Amino acid sequence: MAQNRGSQAEAREVVRLPLPLAGSEASEARSRGWGGGLSTSPAEERAPTRIASRDAIRPPPHAGEAKEELPSVVVAKDHNAILLHALDEAAIRAGLSIGLPLANARAICPELTVYDADPAADAKTLNDIADWCDRFTPLVALDPPYGLFLDITGCAHLFGGERALLQIATNALTRRGFAVSAAIAGTSIAARTLTRHTSGKIVTAGEEAHAVGPLPVAALGAGEAVTTGLRRAGLKTIGDVAARAPHEISARFSSAFTTLLSHALGQGDAPISPRKPLPDYIVEKRFAEPVATDTVITLTLQNLARTLVTAMDRQGKGARQLEAIFFRTDGAVRSIAVEAGRPVTRPEMIDRLFRERLESLNDPLDPGFGFDLIRLAAGRTEIVVQQQRDLDASVHDNDEISALIDRIAARIGGKRVVVHLPMESHIPERSALAVPAQHHLAAATAAAWPERIVGEPPLRPLRLFDRPELINVPFATVPDGPPHQFTWRRAQHEVVRVEGPERIAMEWWKQDGQALTRDYFRVEDAAGQRFWIFRDGLYESELRDEAGKPIPAKWYVHGLFA
Amino acid sequence: MNGARTGTLASLRGSIARIEAPSETNMPNRVALGHTSADAMLRGGLASAVLHEVFASGHQSGAATGFVAGLAGRLSPRKPLVWVRQDFSDRESGALSMSGLTELGLDPRLMVTVRAADVDSGLRTAADALACDALGAVVLEVWGDVRQLDLVASRKLTLAAQASGVTALVLRIAATPIPSTAETRWIVRAAHSPPGNAASASMPAAPSMPAAPWGAPRFDAELVRNRHGPVGRWIMEWKCDECQFSEPSAHPQPVAATPAHRPHHAQVGAEQRLAG
Repeated sequence: MAQNRGSQAEAREVVRLPLPLAGSEASEARSRGWGGGLSTSPAEERAPTRIASRDAIRPPPHAGEAKEELPSVVVAKDHNAILLHALDEAAIRAGLSIGLPLANARAICPELTVYDADPAADAKTLNDIADWCDRFTPLVALDPPYGLFLDITGCAHLFGGERALLQIATNALTRRGFAVSAAIAGTSIAARTLTRHTSGKIVTAGEEAHAVGPLPVAALGAGEAVTTGLRRAGLKTIGDVAARAPHEISARFSSAFTTLLSHALGQGDAPISPRKPLPDYIVEKRFAEPVATDTVITLTLQNLARTLVTAMDRQGKGARQLEAIFFRTDGAVRSIAVEAGRPVTRPEMIDRLFRERLESLNDPLDPGFGFDLIRLAAGRTEIVVQQQRDLDASVHDNDEISALIDRIAARIGGKRVVVHLPMESHIPERSALAVPAQHHLAAATAAAWPERIVGEPPLRPLRLFDRPELINVPFATVPDGPPHQFTWRRAQHEVVRVEGPERIAMEWWKQDGQALTRDYFRVEDAAGQRFWIFRDGLYESELRDEAGKPIPAKWYVHGLFA
Repeated sequence: MNGARTGTLASLRGSIARIEAPSETNMPNRVALGHTSADAMLRGGLASAVLHEVFASGHQSGAATGFVAGLAGRLSPRKPLVWVRQDFSDRESGALSMSGLTELGLDPRLMVTVRAADVDSGLRTAADALACDALGAVVLEVWGDVRQLDLVASRKLTLAAQASGVTALVLRIAATPIPSTAETRWIVRAAHSPPGNAASASMPAAPSMPAAPWGAPRFDAELVRNRHGPVGRWIMEWKCDECQFSEPSAHPQPVAATPAHRPHHAQVGAEQRLAG
């Protein structure tokens, strides 16, 4: 592996902070900021783990039971034919193969057990496995339908080297009943090609061509047409194909295939697309014994928060988005995210946000048999501008309010804490926009609202209905006039005072005349309650049916005055 | 000896009583509402850093909201206000309109609205917010009779308010008052605008046509509980420009704002004021 790092080591160095203990317990911090990092440079080693379809998976047959086990297959419908989608060992021994029609398979092997394919469940399982693989590296990419790419650049030594990492991953998955094929190579395609034929291979950089050469062309995964074409041309192994001049190959099998081939031979690399963006900072704690008690979990989070803050503090940063990820021993992964309106720089703040969030969870954190890894990641960080606190009271107050908003948002959700921004619209229901306070507190504090007219009574209601409510108006003295009485929510209101009309036209330039002009009236009923009601549409011009006959207007209550 | 001990005990008891009793001097600050007789009854105004309750029936939600907004505006004119409400109260009695707040003379920039899913989380949020001394007031709006808002809950809110100095206002719509630790309890209804004046009555108005324009918001505020004083019932008018309550004016228009050169008939002639 030493020469593998060799020339490119500087470019892709990823710093992991001290590793107190190898194996049993390790806490580490990772920073993207240092030394270029993973996100920009192509990864060096990848370990694609090829996993067979979930339904086809059976534990490796034990010697004694092998004879009794009946073959089972998974079938899927393809072009109106039911074809075999996946097989188990017994089915392969019976002479079945993927793509065979089910009827033929039954003829070959009548005692077949058949399951329907469930691609959604397969995808979910693959995703769950990817979640589990997050423990090895933050850069995990899906390679559907069965594969995963792990960019393990700079991560292998945490698990005792590449060989050991491969062993850990393969063994853990095999124990769960998956058929696993894994390999490590310098490029993702080379690694994938290797897994298609053999498992557990580790290829050093520059040796890809040599390792991949003897494999059959089908291992490239270039599609049925290309594979058949190559075989017909007498090119049986990848080495054969590589021996031909590239222009010959690309003339016959398109340049996409040439690119794939060169990647498989280690002559270039396609970037993998990780499932999640790389967090700016990661700190984690591994446990030799799984932990399940709340006290330990809380304490661990506190310690991690302290480590994280120390690491961020060195670069003058604070976290805007934090994620705590709990890896359960049985493979389940639970992640809990909190956001902050301002960069968080204090460990107790992080601790408090997570406590609020954990307490309010509908489905509480279930430790099951315990967590063996707890990780804290700062997904988004910002440079913290240090402000003098003691002298400027308003800065202090703003900090307190945004901290309060963060706490409430962590517990009940960011969308439930809102501030309002004025909008450029004369339509009452669109004149203000409710936005999450966490992100827009500063904008809302500085917003310029239209001034009220001094000396006027309130012209707009204090409570406004999102959807105006239909009221029943028996008649109005004049067609354009206000009503004398109306029925709203089954109660009748006698109008004693009226102001209006205030005519508000809709945005005709936007809605091709669909919305009608509203005539608003401020009315007070006999009990002193004040309403903001409107008639939808103008008589004569707007309130007409197709035949041109006038239709009765509809009235609505839009708001309540104080 | 014995006498000395008794004396010591008595003086200690006295000092403990002094510490524990909320004396007039360390009573919370009071903020004058602006309504003279109500302020007199409240011994100078509404106490801050305590809990106040405002009750209203379901169809009086507009008036009650206005009254609470007025109280909040009086208590903390320049400090942020957190308004905690339940999700469905938007549908039930309308969302708080920022332009409506502006019209009442309050500042929508200082308003943070929390839409709680249920009463429990609303209570919890309100208690949390009350602990933040950067706020001016916290309004908790609860619809209907809920068992969660009992004596214990109101005690918690009161303690939080006392600790931080932030005033708690609980707006209970469509609820019946139950025992609580509130400093004051109000029942609010909408009050009529002042009747049209004599000139208007003499005008030959169209039959059944509404007459006389309306003025500032008016509340029929009934003080049904006051921990440190008598109770009463007043008609209060909210002065949007001055941002304070006042005695109801006899004139439908705010007197101060009426220009001196205003033609006489402009005020009384129109039976229906045209909106500006």
